[in-house]
Amino acid sequence: MLFTVNELKSWFIYLNEVIQSKKSYLTDLDQAIGDGDHGLNLARGFHEVTKKLESKEYTDVGALLKDTGMVLLSKVGGASGPLYGSAFLKAATVLQGKESATPTELTSALEAGLDAIKARGKANLTDKTMIDVWEPVLEFLKESGDEVNWDEGSRLAEEKMNATKDLEARKGRAAYLGKRSIGHIDPGATSSYYLFSTLFDVAKGVNK
Amino acid sequence: MDFVSVVLLSHSNEIVRGLEKLLRQVQSEVALAIAGGTDEGEIGTDVFQVKHAIESVYSKKGVIILFDLGSALLNAEMAIEMLDNQENIVICDAPLVEGAFAAIIESGCGSSLEEVKAAAEGAKQVNKL
Repeated sequence: MLFTVNELKSWFIYLNEVIQSKKSYLTDLDQAIGDGDHGLNLARGFHEVTKKLESKEYTDVGALLKDTGMVLLSKVGGASGPLYGSAFLKAATVLQGKESATPTELTSALEAGLDAIKARGKANLTDKTMIDVWEPVLEFLKESGDEVNWDEGSRLAEEKMNATKDLEARKGRAAYLGKRSIGHIDPGATSSYYLFSTLFDVAKGVNK
Repeated sequence: MDFVSVVLLSHSNEIVRGLEKLLRQVQSEVALAIAGGTDEGEIGTDVFQVKHAIESVYSKKGVIILFDLGSALLNAEMAIEMLDNQENIVICDAPLVEGAFAAIIESGCGSSLEEVKAAAEGAKQVNKL
């Protein structure tokens, strides 16, 4: 299968729908261990992303991802803006000028995105952040190559999101809480789960 | 005299507007710019606002940035990366209010970027009681 601008557009439109419907849930998660703005920030950001993508015709998947990153940077406001924004901008450079991407190519782009998140957030695995979802999911995608079991990817993302519950936060506002952050699922890991599960759902639809 | 410029960055526009007033009581010559809140006036920080603030007071002698909480730092770092001239724009590891106070006074003395940064970061060690 190939990810063209149509698949990527569908991905972000679907992701926006999920984020909008989970806005209060994300806010609740963030109120427990952060500053309570994750739901609102992402809802605003991805609403603007879909507006931008729907208003423009793309042929280049890199250009689409670049616009996505720029909108997130300017519209999100919290830490997730620069983090997701940098990720998509970096991913865009990998797919620049391409009309479509194979699963392997998209994985390479998202890996560059993960590097950007790590560099920007200076966080690593088990710090109770979005990286706890991104890293294992990309590991899985890399091993899968072009033959990805999308359902397994979604299950893995969900499992890794839930596993952040037992971790102690070492980055971001939650780190101020120390041990009291244990017992709460990380909001960034949750939005990252939505990001991957919607992508995988779109990929599955294309396979049909 | 050339001065090191100061940029104040907060999640809240009111915080940096108030802080600017406070600092202007003691120093009116040093160029000072603020970035606070999102472009829609919500709580948050906006990388483009930070970039614009830096550009608006850019000085060859240097620009020092003070910020409040975590994600402000991410946007300050991104803003510096977006600007071509990076070497004399620095971010301070200092409390926003006390650090900004120390920075603007030190800058007003004509001090170098390193001295202004050291003064701001020194505010971390000051006992208030």
